[in-house]
Amino acid sequence: MPDKVMTEDAVAAEITSGMTIGIGGWGSRRKPMSMVRSILRSDVDDLHVVSYGGPDVGILCAAGKVRKVTYGFVSLDSIPLEPHFRAARQSATVDFTELDEGAFYLGLMAAAHRVPFYPTRAGLGSAMLSENPDLRTVVSPYDDGEELVAIPALEMDVALIHMNRADRAGNGQFLGPDLYFDDLFAMAGRRTYMSAEKIVPTEQFLAEGSVHTIRIPRIHVDGVVEAPMGAHFTECPPDYGRDEAFQREYAATAKEAEAWTDFRAQWLDLPSHDAYRQKLLERSNTAESRTP
Amino acid sequence: MTPDDPATIDEICITALAEAFRGDGEVLCNPMGPVPVIAGRLARATFEPDLMLTDTIAYAVSGNLPLGGDPSDFTVEAYMPFRSVFDQVWSGKRHVVMGASQIDRHGNQNFAAIGPYRKPKAQLLGLRGAPGNLINHATTYWVPNQARAFATTVDVVSGPGYDKLAELGDSARFFEIRRVVTNLGAYDFETADHTMRLRSVHPGVEIDRIVEATPFDLTIPADVPLSRLPDAEDLRLIREVFDRNGVRKSEFR
Repeated sequence: MPDKVMTEDAVAAEITSGMTIGIGGWGSRRKPMSMVRSILRSDVDDLHVVSYGGPDVGILCAAGKVRKVTYGFVSLDSIPLEPHFRAARQSATVDFTELDEGAFYLGLMAAAHRVPFYPTRAGLGSAMLSENPDLRTVVSPYDDGEELVAIPALEMDVALIHMNRADRAGNGQFLGPDLYFDDLFAMAGRRTYMSAEKIVPTEQFLAEGSVHTIRIPRIHVDGVVEAPMGAHFTECPPDYGRDEAFQREYAATAKEAEAWTDFRAQWLDLPSHDAYRQKLLERSNTAESRTP
Repeated sequence: MTPDDPATIDEICITALAEAFRGDGEVLCNPMGPVPVIAGRLARATFEPDLMLTDTIAYAVSGNLPLGGDPSDFTVEAYMPFRSVFDQVWSGKRHVVMGASQIDRHGNQNFAAIGPYRKPKAQLLGLRGAPGNLINHATTYWVPNQARAFATTVDVVSGPGYDKLAELGDSARFFEIRRVVTNLGAYDFETADHTMRLRSVHPGVEIDRIVEATPFDLTIPADVPLSRLPDAEDLRLIREVFDRNGVRKSEFR
């Protein structure tokens, strides 16, 4: 089997300005944050981000890396609307296509299956269709003749996903309650990069979880990054939950430019994921020493 | 609070929301937010035993799971990750409860944005799953502050209302807004032109207050019933099983 292990910075080097980047996970759950920060460190911009968005979308928008977002929602879960994305929408600094959450799944599936669209009723009568002139309808070629929304394939140059476990060849395993749509992102990406909490020998997968959890086959994965705490501050159960205190601090930085600049310097523009982990360790030690 | 204390407005609203599920039988009852979640669980515990309900994460769970309860203390009857929930949406065997920042007399609902959609004054939740929900299965709305949400027109249509159906023809055949429940009363669209009708008034609410909190023409039948008061078993379940910590009260502050 091939060996696809690489670093976050090597992944970022595969991304060029103007590309469409799909990001797996869901809201503030199992987001490939260490790879998102590697994009932040690089000089690419003008990106089109495709995501069930969380802080991945907010951070890239706030950093000025984004031309357009295609999304089913952008949320931090415990904070219903991503504050940096809210700012981007209200100032109209990014273009966007907003899809019904389920319609977004159909768009991912169309890209994964290499068909131009999947039909659905979702969107009929709503702003999803009336406010998005790029979305079109199709008429059923069968006797029913029903008019349906054609959700276009969400094609992407690069897909980024984060798993609990991976092997060096690019097989991936989720151990939490939900895969979300990461298998479809992996298939939809012309190139797909997968970070994982831990790289394990292939034969160890079944000791980690049931066979049903080995859901990312290596044929769709071009690179593997070992990134413990790679989804932080989003949740990555059972390895760790969401760091709600950290997320609150992040969310508060949308209120003023200076707070964002400070946060970015302190937490995002670090030279590597190792440096980020080291800072997290210092932070938790400080928090513990404060506890009487 | 014991089951003997009289019902408060939050419990009256929960009971009115539970009533929206009456007759649903074996469908996925998928309420969003604490008050609707308690209502769905109450409906199953009392008069609609075949409903399927999730832990709001990825499991359909049987038994009376408290708000924020650990599903592993209960019996998981089906695995229902988000992908499966969308499949249920399209199958039609689902009844959802969503919020509404604005709702008009046709049932057009907005929780997406205030102001122009492309450059909103205030970005709210976005369209979320509303477009797909409305066109595929029954929807009920929960509005904790009627005066704030009832509107002559909505800024953005997240969930379409009945006036949009004419343009959609057969594609809208699964559309149903079952109920709108507010802090003042319960509403439906069972009128000739499918505009909003007052279905019941919550005990203690004057009709004048309802009229004041409604900026559009509302059908008010001559004889409006009172919303059902929760009985002792309803109150026991709400107070001592589903929501011992009173999370439901926070939506009424």
